[in-house]
Amino acid sequence: MTVPLLEVRNLRVEFPTRRGTLVALDDVSFSIAPGEVLGVVGESGAGKSMTGAAIIGLLEPPGRIAGGQILLNGRRIDNLPYSELRKLRGREIGAIFQDPLTTLNPLYTVGAQLIETMVTHLPLNPAQARAKAIEWLELVGIPAASQRIDSYPHEFSGGMRQRVVIALALCAEPKLIVADEPTTALDVSIQAQVISLLKSLARDKGTSMMLVTHDMGVIAETADRVAVMYAGRIVEIGAVRNVVQQASHPYSAGLMGSIPPVGRRLERLQQIDGSMPRLSSIPPGCAYNPRCPKVFDRCRVDRPELMPAKDGNLAACWLYAEQGVPRHA
Amino acid sequence: MRKPDSTPMLETIDVARHFDVSRPLVQRLLAREGRRVLRAVDGISFAIEKGTTLSLVGESGCGKSTVARLVVGLYGPTHGSVVFDGQDLAQARANSEQRRRMQMIFQDPYASLNPRWRVRDIVAEPIRAFGLTQSAAEIDARVGELLTQVGLSPLDGQKFPHEFSGGQRQRISIARALSSNPEFLVCDEPTSALDVSVQAQILNLMKDLQARLGLTYLFISHNLAVVRQVSDRVGVMYLGRLVELAPAETLFNTPRHPYTRALMEAIPDLEMTGRQRIPVGGEVPSPIDPPSGCPFHPRCPLANDRCIAERPEMITARGTAETLVACHAVEEGRDRVGEPLIAA
Amino acid sequence: MAQANVIRRALDSDLWYSFTRSPITVASAIVALICVGGAVLAPWIAPHNPFDLASLQLMDAFKPPAWDADGDPNYVLGTDDQGRDMLSAIMYGARVSLLVGFFAVLLSVSIGITAGLAAGYLGGTVDAVLMRIADIKLTFPTILIALLIDGVVRAALPRETHDQIALYVVIFAIGISNWPSFARTVRGSTLVERNKEYVQAARIIGVSRARIMVSHVLPNVLGPVLVIATLNLGFAVLAEATLSFLGVGVPPTQPSLGTLIRIGNDFLFSGEWWITIFPGIALILLVLSVNLLGDWLRDALNPKLR
Repeated sequence: MTVPLLEVRNLRVEFPTRRGTLVALDDVSFSIAPGEVLGVVGESGAGKSMTGAAIIGLLEPPGRIAGGQILLNGRRIDNLPYSELRKLRGREIGAIFQDPLTTLNPLYTVGAQLIETMVTHLPLNPAQARAKAIEWLELVGIPAASQRIDSYPHEFSGGMRQRVVIALALCAEPKLIVADEPTTALDVSIQAQVISLLKSLARDKGTSMMLVTHDMGVIAETADRVAVMYAGRIVEIGAVRNVVQQASHPYSAGLMGSIPPVGRRLERLQQIDGSMPRLSSIPPGCAYNPRCPKVFDRCRVDRPELMPAKDGNLAACWLYAEQGVPRHA
Repeated sequence: MRKPDSTPMLETIDVARHFDVSRPLVQRLLAREGRRVLRAVDGISFAIEKGTTLSLVGESGCGKSTVARLVVGLYGPTHGSVVFDGQDLAQARANSEQRRRMQMIFQDPYASLNPRWRVRDIVAEPIRAFGLTQSAAEIDARVGELLTQVGLSPLDGQKFPHEFSGGQRQRISIARALSSNPEFLVCDEPTSALDVSVQAQILNLMKDLQARLGLTYLFISHNLAVVRQVSDRVGVMYLGRLVELAPAETLFNTPRHPYTRALMEAIPDLEMTGRQRIPVGGEVPSPIDPPSGCPFHPRCPLANDRCIAERPEMITARGTAETLVACHAVEEGRDRVGEPLIAA
Repeated sequence: MAQANVIRRALDSDLWYSFTRSPITVASAIVALICVGGAVLAPWIAPHNPFDLASLQLMDAFKPPAWDADGDPNYVLGTDDQGRDMLSAIMYGARVSLLVGFFAVLLSVSIGITAGLAAGYLGGTVDAVLMRIADIKLTFPTILIALLIDGVVRAALPRETHDQIALYVVIFAIGISNWPSFARTVRGSTLVERNKEYVQAARIIGVSRARIMVSHVLPNVLGPVLVIATLNLGFAVLAEATLSFLGVGVPPTQPSLGTLIRIGNDFLFSGEWWITIFPGIALILLVLSVNLLGDWLRDALNPKLR
């Protein structure tokens, strides 16, 4: 078995509030192999973006890592001092966010930002970095890159900006990209361009990627494996085809079933009744039990760990208890 | 001769809405530039039969939300006209009995409910505005009934909007829209701010309500998969114009306009048939300075000189008789139906 | 039952929580409460009535504070040139100051909200005209306008009439000069609210513009108004004190804190420092505590800073 590039062990993130501590992420464990794309899906508030933020060390205060470990290439990165973490970001982990304007500095040309990133992290002088920056802009599909390199972020359209962000995230040749909803702000036709670009670049450079999105279509096309999150926990993780087509956990199955198909018209869409609980009122036992069509007594009392389920997927569901002992990560 | 009941619920005739986005006079003189006009909607015609759903799809900036606001009278048309059940919209809206028959559901469940009002007052606002019921007890009863109808509890009327999730707020929005017993609902991206499992709830609810109350919907969305689930007819918009208008199944099975075909090909493949997704190149141009001729020509693989020079009108597409399409390539029969539009 | 619920909800609210977490705010609230309480309850709790001529003893004039060797325990903070008890005079004076401040702010708020709502919601010419008036207004210093109004009223009316309405003139003069800051804030918030979908929903069913402004937009723009009003209260009290110090404010028969300071100023260099210093301290405490409360309110109501 290959050594994972990224390993997250029992990650727990807490938000202290005056009404008590909210547990935003609880016992989240997964790993990403070199060159692998892991999709992370779930509804808003399920904790998928927070998992990404914890990995790149950008949790919004007062949120803090309260337990567990994050290892990159076997080295712990969750307890690094700020200066070390800064070096790590860019050099070893690249980040892409939903809104490109949060990543780009409006006061500098895109070229200056690319060059600075490369000069900081790679053994290049500014002239070499500039040539490389033009190469990158061409690679991400910016027309007339040698002229556009001296443009400011606001002179690009939304789709083009996201391409610049991708170049910026990849230019220091990191081993891991954390992409949080990279296409959500874009139109459908632009989304397709950006996704295929991300996919081919990651493949060519052998970069691993953690792709956080609520768009199952994007995951289905891009990811190798997928983790489904619900109320701050991973409820299912497995190969993308297995999760999308025959999910083990009733929540993943419901989630996949509620996606309207473009290929045919259904009289009624499959729906999950109710809504995800707030972090302050997560029910005992399995957090999904009040909405689950297959709920039984044990679900209301004991919290299930991830355990082997259908087709080699792991699911946190008591339906699979008899298939083996709960797996502790 | 049309029978009275075959009058469309709503009809737009070459309707357009332009916005003046010029800079202030002094700056304009200093920069020596003229007025800048944004043609948000630039001459579109469609009709919605009673009891059916017409959807408008397109990417951001194509003018679909402006159409929604034109047909409920939030904007007046720059030219052309909107006809509501056989009557000019401006005239109809002057009459509170006609106004009562149309309502709207909005995209953002966080901005569409007044945060300082209790839910029961939000839902009761149209009842009070139209004087449908006078006594407080009857209003309370009606609000409770409406909340039940959209899957909430009558007790929820006491609460404020912030106590609800996005999906529940959208239900409140629907209850408010239904409270005046409307016949025509304009739905502007009603599910695009919601999670997918909640989206399914809302779409199912809207379908149930249509079946039960005989509602007519104008449904605005950017999501083709959602549109397929709810529509009887679908119009595809690009840069303020309709480029294709057809019965839903026809449109999805045999899309004719190159833009419609490109949109379909851009949808991620969830069923994993191994289909290679072929993205359409380029980006949507600015509606302030749209391309000449057919607005899609800079991105269109079928464009020729005629497309650059001449704006195509909506014509019946050959081979798909119910489809109206604005495309020279389709008209001339060089649209390669059945083949991939772009070579992979 | 219902009341207990309301109280429990208030104690559970975020506002109360942020209040109790800030010692400076709690301290200012206590000080402000003492100042306002002393002022409002002056007729009942003041040790003397400084306006009761019968009780005034000229013998008692210029008594230093009680802790001074020559002090009189009857007059804790000493007496002024006419033998009035300083503590009582300050309490009655604060009453006048707060009265002027409160009604001046009320006037500013009323004009400001009306103008801001109309400008923001109606837009176009209404907006342009109202905001230009506000701009012009902002180029004149408050004191100048107040002096001007006072001067005009003085010239136009006989002296007795003027003394009778002097209080209202000061309120009007201060109130009229502060409305643009309210108008601008309300206009800004109104521009944001106007485009929200709940306003569109009301427009679609044909709710009138006036009704939308009052019942939909107004409740959603009041937060910032409350903050500015609190900060403005301190400002209005100061403006009144300045005017009274210059002798154009309230008449000496109804001395405010500013009047007391002016009167005391004449004796400052002859050694009777307490006549001006104590009203001065009272003024500082009142304005400072009110402003600190306003600052806290601004931060507590701003979700970005929370």
